[in-house]
Amino acid sequence: MSSTPPAHLHLAVALEGTGWHPASWREPVARPRDLLTAGYWADLVAEAERGLLDFVTIEDGLGPQSSLFPEPDERTDQVRGRLDAVLIASRIAPLTRHIGLVPTVVATHTEPFHISKAIATLDYVSTGRAGLRVQITARPNEAAHFGRRTIPRIDAYDSPAAQDAVADLFDEAADYVEVVRRLWDSWEDDAEIRDVATGRFIDRDKLHYIDFEGRHFSVRGPSITPRPPQGQPLVTALAHHTVPFRLVARAADLGYVTPHDAEQARAVVAEIRAERTAAGRAEEPLHIFGDLVVLLDDDPAQAAARRDRLDTLAGHPYTGDAPVFSGTPAQLADLLEELRSAGLSGFRLRPAVAGHDLPRITRGLVPELQRRGAFRTAYEAGTLRGLLGLERPANRYASVA
Amino acid sequence: MSKPLKQIHLAAHFPGVNNTTVWSDPKAGSHIEFSSFVHFAQTAERAKFDFLFLAEGLRLREQDGKIYDLDVVGRPDTFTVLAALAAVTDRLGLTGTINSTFNEPYEVARQFASLDHLSGGRSAWNVVTSWDAFTGENFRRGGFLPQQERYSRAREFLATANELFDSWHGDEIVADQAAGTFLRDAKAGAFVHRGQHFDIHGRFNVPRGPQGRPVIFQAGDSDEGREFAASGADAIFSRYSTLEAGQAFYTDVKGRLAKYGRRPDQLLILPAATFVLGDTDAEAEELAREVRRQQVSGATAIKHLEFVWNRDLSAYDPDGPLPEIDPDLGEHHIARGRAQVRMYRDPLATAREWRELAAANNWSIRDLVINTGNRQTFVGSPAAVARTIDDFVQADASDGFILVPHITPGGLDVFADTVVPLLQERGVFRTEYEGTTLRDHLGLAHPDAEAPRERAAS
Repeated sequence: MSSTPPAHLHLAVALEGTGWHPASWREPVARPRDLLTAGYWADLVAEAERGLLDFVTIEDGLGPQSSLFPEPDERTDQVRGRLDAVLIASRIAPLTRHIGLVPTVVATHTEPFHISKAIATLDYVSTGRAGLRVQITARPNEAAHFGRRTIPRIDAYDSPAAQDAVADLFDEAADYVEVVRRLWDSWEDDAEIRDVATGRFIDRDKLHYIDFEGRHFSVRGPSITPRPPQGQPLVTALAHHTVPFRLVARAADLGYVTPHDAEQARAVVAEIRAERTAAGRAEEPLHIFGDLVVLLDDDPAQAAARRDRLDTLAGHPYTGDAPVFSGTPAQLADLLEELRSAGLSGFRLRPAVAGHDLPRITRGLVPELQRRGAFRTAYEAGTLRGLLGLERPANRYASVA
Repeated sequence: MSKPLKQIHLAAHFPGVNNTTVWSDPKAGSHIEFSSFVHFAQTAERAKFDFLFLAEGLRLREQDGKIYDLDVVGRPDTFTVLAALAAVTDRLGLTGTINSTFNEPYEVARQFASLDHLSGGRSAWNVVTSWDAFTGENFRRGGFLPQQERYSRAREFLATANELFDSWHGDEIVADQAAGTFLRDAKAGAFVHRGQHFDIHGRFNVPRGPQGRPVIFQAGDSDEGREFAASGADAIFSRYSTLEAGQAFYTDVKGRLAKYGRRPDQLLILPAATFVLGDTDAEAEELAREVRRQQVSGATAIKHLEFVWNRDLSAYDPDGPLPEIDPDLGEHHIARGRAQVRMYRDPLATAREWRELAAANNWSIRDLVINTGNRQTFVGSPAAVARTIDDFVQADASDGFILVPHITPGGLDVFADTVVPLLQERGVFRTEYEGTTLRDHLGLAHPDAEAPRERAAS
């Protein structure tokens, strides 16, 4: 499946504001006043590209950031407000040459037709480096921003009603990805013919109605945007339990998971692979990346002290869905190699403080992995799929000659 | 003569998916590769144009139940390509056509506010409406909107988006690292909108962009469209590019502003205009004839006749005489996804008139379509075209033009190189950008300057 040597692991960075720690914006390197400028994002992505990373993801949401799950908070001591992730990615694309750009898109209240052409266009403006990370939202306040449906408030995640509601949103997301993918294929690669003799710009037999009909929407197609350079831009999703594991298995090229040790990683990988087989896609390549929040310093005590300082500023110890690592780049390299042996093909690192930990990834971790023969020393492909060892897929609608 | 010279506004419309665009010319490049958009935008910026303009249609056109294949087909997503163009230009305004029927205000406002930040205040929104179930087949709600409600939805959509843009004042982010205060206002972005089309509330999550709100364009020409523009648009993308019609439209629309408490200079009139340039006027005329012939192939001529006849005319020879059969007056079923068909309100009369014209001039179907089709707006030497444009604007037939070249992506180059310097010599077009935002280029005030906003006591 991979054109890169199997000894190599893949690395992505998840960009979120000034970093994943809620007090990150208070660090001197943080540039919190620049968050709404193109220059801020251009600098971060340039740093990631300097480190030869496979791609960056960019977080997004259809409501304000909040420390509370089901509703907005009224905190004034954390970063609030953000820019649309697809547009950030597109704004950065012409300024970079190799790195993949994977914005978050929320499936729950948006139109698959719009998102399909937006990501196809991101693929055009980046000449083959686009992907998306699909997300659902179960927040009632975000549903109220659209006013098209009501989403009941979830108080207990493990209640049967909550699980049904969430499962339904993930089913919708799977349909959404199916529509997005069909629309990418709704033009065959050689549909544009410019045949002056007959006056035809396209061969319309090579454009296809997708005729998707599902419980949540029906979409006729074809797309207004021709098939993007990669054919199918990369589809990714973050998954913490069985229902989203199934979305990854059914719909994605790459899943992010959050195991806390190698044993958990093995179990998660086995479960997703089993779902992949059940979905009839066992033969299709699927990357499974481990997500880690990272605090990196040259000395482990320094990293621990920085974490304490940030936690003190935040007023509580930082915990999230993903494990938090603090230590040296060499220690992190040890951990990544151990987790990789459990079946993960790469990692998406979430810098606790973007301005500090991203350069420690690119200038500390990456050289360490390169010394171990575990990471690329130059970009070896021109597209994001290429960097991940994924072929350009055949078009599902093209008739086999 | 005492009246001061008006400054002309110029914009560049990326060639569209209709037969104005000549794809068969050897010079015609890609309509989808980003490099074409870069070339086009950088030419417009080099010529100090006010902005670049992108149209959008959300379903591929069909004729006789089949995807229409004779014109350019396919284009990028508007927001995404404009955001990328913000990276390769510095001052050029970025105007996108976004439909108010098949979008939601929260999402569109997020996208425009984001584009405004990412471009340093260069975003503009051409608000268009549609209602047809044909386009709706690509969206969650299908064809949900009765035709007569499309402007009421558009008006409410724009009002709601403005409430979202205004839900942040622009001074909430203090980011005081020492004190630990990021936001001055815990409720920044709070909004409530209850109306016929939208019933939404919550918190908008994109802080106010450099322009406050994007510049608003309107393109519809009906009475309702004109009222919509007068009530809330900053500019109109109009279709009146002849002097008399332009002056009539200009007077009509500017006259509607007072009842909304607005001044005439708060709404710019910018008609679409095509052009063909030559070293001499005669050479330009000759070239223009050639271009019109390229724009109307035999196959295109037959299809064009079908808009009027509302029948399959594929059996007719484009180089032969017009059909003797009359148009089908039933519901229009031939062409879908384009506005053109509504231009022929009395098909029987049009058919009769065209038969008479063809007979009198000995025209074939193709000759007729070429000769009755729109002639290019400006045909001539650079000096003649510069003079015509200037006269048109000084005579209050418009405030400038949105130029539509017929070749992608190089069709603007000759205009930039030859006509723009002459307009600059006449003192009616900028030689350098004076400001950084699109509002600056268009002479439009920041919304906060027009209507000082009340700040909640803090």
